[in-house]
Order: sequence, then structure tokens, then C-alpha cells
Amino acid sequence: MLPDMSRDHRLDLLRKMLMIRRAEEHVVRFNEEHEGLIRGHFHIYIGQEATGVGVCAALALGDYVFSTHRNHGHVIAKGGDPGKVLAEVIGRETGYCLGRGGTFHVAAPDLNMPHTSAIVGGSTALASGAALAAQVLESNAVTVVFFGDGAMDEGVFYESLNMAKLWDLPLIFLMENNYRRAGRVNDGHSADDLTNIPRALNVETTTVDGGDVGQVYNAVKELVQRTRAGEGPFFVEASTHPWPGNDGAHPELVAGLTDINWAWDPSPVPEKVRSWYAEGDGILAYARELADSEDCDRETVVRLDEEVRREADAAARFALTSPLPPPAAAVRYAYAGRDE
Amino acid sequence: MAREMTLGEALVEGLAEAMEQEPRVVLIGGGLVSSGPAAARFRTVRERHGRRIKSPPIAELGYCGIAAGAAMAGLRPLVDVGTATFSYEAIPQINNEAAVAYSNSGGQTNVPVTYFMRYGIRGGGGVQHSGSPQPWYWNTPGLQVAMPATPADAKGLLRTALLKSQDPTIFFAHERLLGERGPVPDEEYETEFGKAAVAREGGDVTIVASGVQVPRALAAAESLARDGISAEVVDPRTLEPLDTDTLLASVQKTGRLVVTDESHDNCGVAANMAALMADLAFDSLKAPIKRVAIPHVPVPFAVPLEDYVTPTADRIEEAARSLLE
Repeated sequence: MLPDMSRDHRLDLLRKMLMIRRAEEHVVRFNEEHEGLIRGHFHIYIGQEATGVGVCAALALGDYVFSTHRNHGHVIAKGGDPGKVLAEVIGRETGYCLGRGGTFHVAAPDLNMPHTSAIVGGSTALASGAALAAQVLESNAVTVVFFGDGAMDEGVFYESLNMAKLWDLPLIFLMENNYRRAGRVNDGHSADDLTNIPRALNVETTTVDGGDVGQVYNAVKELVQRTRAGEGPFFVEASTHPWPGNDGAHPELVAGLTDINWAWDPSPVPEKVRSWYAEGDGILAYARELADSEDCDRETVVRLDEEVRREADAAARFALTSPLPPPAAAVRYAYAGRDE
Repeated sequence: MAREMTLGEALVEGLAEAMEQEPRVVLIGGGLVSSGPAAARFRTVRERHGRRIKSPPIAELGYCGIAAGAAMAGLRPLVDVGTATFSYEAIPQINNEAAVAYSNSGGQTNVPVTYFMRYGIRGGGGVQHSGSPQPWYWNTPGLQVAMPATPADAKGLLRTALLKSQDPTIFFAHERLLGERGPVPDEEYETEFGKAAVAREGGDVTIVASGVQVPRALAAAESLARDGISAEVVDPRTLEPLDTDTLLASVQKTGRLVVTDESHDNCGVAANMAALMADLAFDSLKAPIKRVAIPHVPVPFAVPLEDYVTPTADRIEEAARSLLE
């Protein structure tokens, strides 16, 4: 489904989705090509770009977004600088959090993403608080909290949902169902349908295809308007299309770098994962849809991808050539009262 | 001029003033302001600013996190957790979200939230309602810890937390102190964090005491004075930030130190004070540092058992005497 917006804005959605894809490909390459550059595990947003981009396109700059351990895509979708995201992922002084957060915790306070919790469900309460602040301060801001299906195993999710409804908070719970539950596929919850849980608390729910950026945008745009009008909170389940590169212990570029031309001919994709790129990839599906739409064509789409790749490559170079923080900075930033 | 009031009343007055003066102050929970004279004092605030007062369901984890998120987005919430052990339900949001956001963001995200809780051996609280988690919170970088011993300090420190601070604060009041009376200045004032009070001057031994241990230490000092022993009582008022200078000056003067807090002795408040002073004042010490705290056992219910583990004035006095033998 095409999003209800102008041609230029539609292209901008594709640009953001591609930027997330290209930036995340760099993250995987940081791990594969640079020994020791990424320590420990990391989570990437490949395959879920349509959800983050569709949701954030429906928001204003002053709206709040809370993310998770899988945050790189959300920050870029909210308007973040991919260079500062990649720099944070590898702990550089130029990163969004001066290298103090790292891949799990990229926060961007200037984009109203004040804190990124990597604890499953942790952000649901914080986001409810930001929504309470907007309500008390009458700022008209809407808050969106992204979380995965696994967060619905956590008590804090239920407590936050309950209070958000009791207090009519201007908040959208945005569950990206990637059917992972932190690796324990299809295990961990006794509800057959996870949207039954918010419904039991009288929270209106909407289900969208998280791989269809137009559908996500159109649905969330309406909910954002209703939330601003005081009708919130709402719960959205975006069923995402889990990317096979996320199946192992570390993300792997199972088909190499995505080629935009696979949108029209997926035959070069390795057979094992070809069906995901042919049918499941929200970026390639949207590229096809856009190329067929009025005032647009395949060449425009391919050219856009080239531009984005150049920008993402520059962002990766920026991150790789940025300085590490000075060691003694470790003991700063414990208390605002002492940094004045 | 000053008026006499209880510590609980002083807290309510501080909260009421802060809510009148600062529209970003909100109250989540309300045990403190819901009964007795406090409820009457708070009635006009409730009438005028009801939308800034939230009565949450019994969901400490959720509402402590909501308060932290609200602080990140511009409010200055006071959360009335009630009994301090209830905050254990909320440790993930207090210690692992509120405390870390400023640091994680490289100094960009402030979290000016205050968690008020009643701590300590209240009398019959048993294993789950006698808790003193001040060492837990002092062990968490990013959190400030306030422990007033007097009504005046309770109000002044609360005003600092609600109106001035940019960092999260755990605000402790001992159950047995809430009804204790003392003078509270008429004029508007704040009590600065990180400034200890010398509650009694003396030259032979220093007793560093926090919260409910301050009146106990003063009683011990009075008794010691009858035998010609001059004890100095130092009340840090906030554990974090800690006024190390005032503690150090007193220990350098007396050369003897008793540290007392109504929390457990293992890795407790007294243990950390003792470690700090052993490091900084070793050359001035004429005797080992003594700790008076709760032994390493959950606080039991029956009267003699509870009395046995309580760090009383007698135990403080005994510890001080042992240093002068």
C-alpha cells in the first residue's frame, strides 16, 4: 500500500529505509571485517525498516520515541545522523552518546529520544512517563514506544499499559512482532494472540503488516492524530518479516549487500534465502511499488539507492576515523550536579 | 522565627510549597499526604493542582519507571513509595534506568526525580517491613541519597531535591522519626546536599550518625558527657554527595571514630564511612574505627529479637567507651 503523501515524501521514506539498511550492513561489516571493533553481541534492524520508518514519518520532531536494544534503525528513522549512530555503535567520541552508550543504548536527546534501555520492556515505563509529562505540561507531544514481542513477557509492560490507560496517556505502544522472544521462538507467552492483552485492559489495538511501510504509515498517522486529540493510549502490533541474517548468534549478511535490482529480479540471491528477498523484504517491495507509481520510475529508485550508499559509506568512514574517548572521561557524567 | 512541627509535617510543607512554586513538580502516590493533619494541610494543593497528583495502582516497578521517564521529559516528580522495601519491586527502573540515563547520554538527559521512602525498624515490621536499603542506593552511581534527621533538614533537603537538583534522589525518612517534633524556620530555605551538620561538638570521639541514628547518637553523647567523655556527633544529611571534609576534620580533631547507621553491617553505610575514614584519616586515628549497625540477619518480629538487632543509643555509647579504654 502506498503511503498517503506526496511523491517526494514517498521517496523520502524509501531513502530512510535504505539508509537504515546500508548503515546496518556497515555494522555487520564492522564485525566481519574489523577484528575486535565490535565487542560482544549486537542487534540490527535489517528487515524491520518499514515499521520504524513508517511510524516515525507519522510523528513530529517534538514527539518522543523510546527504543530498545535494536535501536539503530529507530534513531535513523526519527531523523538521526547515521554517522553519529555508527560512531556510537563502535564507541567513538563523536557518537550520539560520546561513546558511553554503545550499540545497545544509542539515545538521541536532541531528537526527543532521551534514553534507550536495552532491558527488555524497560522503556515501556519510561515512555509512559514521557507521555505523562506531555499531558501535564500540555505540550501536545505524542510518545511512541517500540518494543518486541518478548517485552510482553515482562511485568513492567503490563504495569505501564495499565497506568497508561487509567491516565489516558498520549502514548502509542508499538509492538514489533519479530517472533523472536529473545531467541526463544514461539515460546514464553500463554496468550494465543498478543493483542488480547491490551484489549483486556480496554486499550484499542490495531494490527498492521510491519513490512508494508505505506500500511504502517497510514495506520499510525491516524492513531497519532487521535492520540493528540486525547484518545490514547493505543496499541499497534506490526508483524515484521524476520530477516534470516538474524537467525545466528551474530547477524550475518547472508545474501551479501542488498542489491536494489533484486526488487525486479531476485535470481542472483543465494537460493537458501531468496524467498525472503523476493517476498519478505519491505524495502524491495516498496521499491517495486514506488517504481510502478505515478511520477516515479525504476531509474529514480536505483539512483536514490546510489546516493544513499554513498552517504552511508561516508558515515561509516566518519565513524571509523573518529577518535575514541579519552580514558579519564570514564568518571565524568555520573551526576549533572557535578558537571556544571 | 521558627515553628515546632513533626518531621512528617515538615515534609508535607516542603512538598506543598514546591508544588505551588514549580509547575513541573508532580506527586505520584500519596501515603504521606493522605491522613492526619497532613491531609488537611495538603487539601488546598490537591484542590488547585489535582492534575499533578497521581494515585497509581499497586505497581511500584511501573510507576517508579513512569516517574523517571517523566523526569527525562521535563517534570520533577516526587514518588511516594511508602515503605522502603516496596522500592525493591522497582530496582530495575530506579537503579538501571533512572540512575544511568544521564551517564549513558553523555550528560544530555537529566532525570530530576525523587523517590521518597520510609525506612528502618518501625517496631513489629518483621522481615519485610523493616528494611534499610540506603546502602543499596548509595552503591548505585547516579543516585543521590538524602537521610534527614530533623524536621528542618527534612523540609530543606526535600526542597533541594524537588526544586534544585538535576539528578535522581532517594529520600529516606525513618518510620520512627516521622512523628518527632523540631523547629522549622518560617522563611523559605533549602538545605544544600553534601553539607554535613555537626549536631553536637566534642573533642574525645567522633560519632558519625545518619537518619534515626542522629538522635540515638545525641543520647549516647549526653550519657558519655556525664562521665566526662566529650563526643562530637556529625550528621552527613546526605550520603551521596558526602561531605567528606567535615567528617575528616572531626576525626582529625578527636582521633576516634564510631560510625552508625540503621542498616546492615555488611557493605553498609557504616562500613563505607569506616573505609573512607581509614583511608583518609589513618594517621590521626588513636584506635580502630567501630561500626554500630544491624547484624547480618533479616530483622525478626518478636520484641526481644527486634531489640537485639537494633543499633541503640546504648550500643553506640558502648562502642565509644571501648575506644577510650
